[in-house]
Amino acid sequence: MAYALQQLINGVSLGMIYGLIAVGYTMVYGIIGMINFAHGDVFMVGAFVSLITALLLGLGGGAAGPGALLLVLLAGMSVTALYGWTVERVAYRPLRGSFRLAPLISAIGMSILLQNYVQVAQGARVKPIGALVPGGVTLMETDGFNVQFSYVQMLIIVVTLAVLAGFTLLVTRTSMGRAMRACEQDRKMAALLGIDTDRIISLTFVIGAALAAVAGCMYLLRYGVIDFYIGFLAGVKAFTAAVLGGIGSLPGAVLGGLLIGLIETFWSAYFSAQYKDVAAFSILILTLVLMPSGLLGRQEVEKV
Amino acid sequence: MTPVASRDGVLHAVRDAGLAALVAFGLFAPLVGLRTDVVEGGLALRGRWDDVAWLVLLAFVGRLALLLLAGRRLPRLTLPAPLARAGQYAAPFFLGLALLLPWLPFIERYELDLGILVLTYVMLGWGLNIVVGLAGLLDLGYVAFYAVGAYSYALLSLTYGLSFWVCLPLAGILAAFAGVLLGFPVLRLRGDYLAIVTLAFGEIIRVVLTNWTELTGGPNGLSGIPRPGLFGLSFTSEEGGFADFFGLDYDPVHRVIFLYYLILGLALLTNWVTLRLRRQPLGRAWEALREDEIACRALGINVTVTKLTAFAIGAMFAGFAGSFFATRQAFVSPESFTFIESAIILAIVVLGGMGSQLGVAVAALLLIGGTELFRDLAEWRMLIFGAAMVVIMVVRPRGLVGTRTPSIALGEKRAIGGNYVSEGH
Repeated sequence: MAYALQQLINGVSLGMIYGLIAVGYTMVYGIIGMINFAHGDVFMVGAFVSLITALLLGLGGGAAGPGALLLVLLAGMSVTALYGWTVERVAYRPLRGSFRLAPLISAIGMSILLQNYVQVAQGARVKPIGALVPGGVTLMETDGFNVQFSYVQMLIIVVTLAVLAGFTLLVTRTSMGRAMRACEQDRKMAALLGIDTDRIISLTFVIGAALAAVAGCMYLLRYGVIDFYIGFLAGVKAFTAAVLGGIGSLPGAVLGGLLIGLIETFWSAYFSAQYKDVAAFSILILTLVLMPSGLLGRQEVEKV
Repeated sequence: MTPVASRDGVLHAVRDAGLAALVAFGLFAPLVGLRTDVVEGGLALRGRWDDVAWLVLLAFVGRLALLLLAGRRLPRLTLPAPLARAGQYAAPFFLGLALLLPWLPFIERYELDLGILVLTYVMLGWGLNIVVGLAGLLDLGYVAFYAVGAYSYALLSLTYGLSFWVCLPLAGILAAFAGVLLGFPVLRLRGDYLAIVTLAFGEIIRVVLTNWTELTGGPNGLSGIPRPGLFGLSFTSEEGGFADFFGLDYDPVHRVIFLYYLILGLALLTNWVTLRLRRQPLGRAWEALREDEIACRALGINVTVTKLTAFAIGAMFAGFAGSFFATRQAFVSPESFTFIESAIILAIVVLGGMGSQLGVAVAALLLIGGTELFRDLAEWRMLIFGAAMVVIMVVRPRGLVGTRTPSIALGEKRAIGGNYVSEGH
């Protein structure tokens, strides 16, 4: 029981990170119908910028104050947002209106480019940083097993919920959000009604990258070790989450992220940690085969 | 696309380039300007501001040059007419070059090894071309079948002592089975979904190969895989070996030349089968499927069988290539079968111009041979590779060979632009 509770806590905090990345995938897919393959690497860039900002502020030895953490988060978000914008501008916008595979190949190239760019710029070695938010509370003590709810995990859950709440407000209540939803429904019609669709698409990438940066920052706080390769697996799993939740659906992405996080954590806890990726990928395949529109997605109508 | 000439235009371009420089500063200042180094007791930052200054300058000058020389839009490259006409002699030229390569005077061991590597990718590209270029099924996990072929040969020869020539068809059959295994669940999927599921399949195979230590040796892989012989003649210095039988002096290069012709033969087999199949009902069904699946169904084409054969035949050639890979290296490990390999093979197919056999070969030569030029810059190699993928896509989205020869035509066969070919789903 206690063991399961611990796994639940771990799973939810991991799932929040996946959910944040998944939102970026699902937004881009909703608007321009492509898999932004480089999104996982944008998440990695976010983690690196957070790490560098933390070191710049002299953190890394011990606990960090809330102000410093906020600064790290904001710096990570703004620089990564710039990366998101540039990726779209350089690699995807010239290919708009081209055949369907072109942006995907370009995105794969961008993913390789970003990964190796960070490797060249920052070195291939893993970057360990001390716990910035140490400690936690013990929720339950049963014979020999303590259920730990660490402050980092609390922080991840609180920050993610706050960011997602802000994001939901942005999408549902502002005129920009309305323009984004309009583009998602029908890009051509939105353009006819005077929406600058190129600008909205750029904004989508900026917001998606900022959310991925939040995830990267949380990942850094939680695990304390990053390297240039973390983006690939996290990206594929977040995409799995987006598909599981129903691609194009924002609540679905978060729900999918939570489910993937929980499944992965419970699988490693009760079966085998080595095959946890197989579990996640098998779920992806099963979802797509049995339920192609995901949990909360719209049914796609096939037109001739 | 006229060059910007007016004074306003120049001012505008300078302002635009200034913005680009600003963006470049924002991008590079944190990640290039501040390098994290692992030191005693944690991480330290080291400033590298001169590199940032160079990059910012490069962004400014590059953007300015682009704006002033080419106008605001990126140019779409088209081949000049004489070059395009010379294109029809390209295929015989490359074939002749490939056949004669080992006998050219300046070809050493290193060039031959590079030739083998390029031909392996040409073969993989042609194999994947069946799935992606002809049937229009986007496969991001192609390397899984390559792995199945490699491990099949390794395990069959190490466990049962079977020779390469017996294992080669077996490895192909096993890989084809893997293709059908993947094909069944994904029959209903299309486009990006299909891509991501095949990617997941590839990763599953890799994770299983890494962790099933009793069978596959885990991350250490399998070593000591037997080398192939020619009609029972082995390429060793012993009596009864290849050199002894023909009365030659023993030279290790004999084996390399043999391997070179082996992969050349396998690649040409792939090409020949593809070209033949394209003219048969099955190949026509593939191309019809790529253009419009619903119309295919309406015309009574069995979509299930058509898709499964595409997966199976594509996978079979990957299996052949895989067993060649295993026998050449005498060693296989999961590290050779990562996602990046799939991405490289797909990039070769798409950059070559999907469906074009010559384009695939040229793209493999450019990408594999080209990045080999940068082999001294180990870390930079893949960086350049990724950048090249983006740039080629932006400049020539239809691939290097942008025209297709129709598989069947009434009367004369005329080349059609790649824009008129559907990319599949």
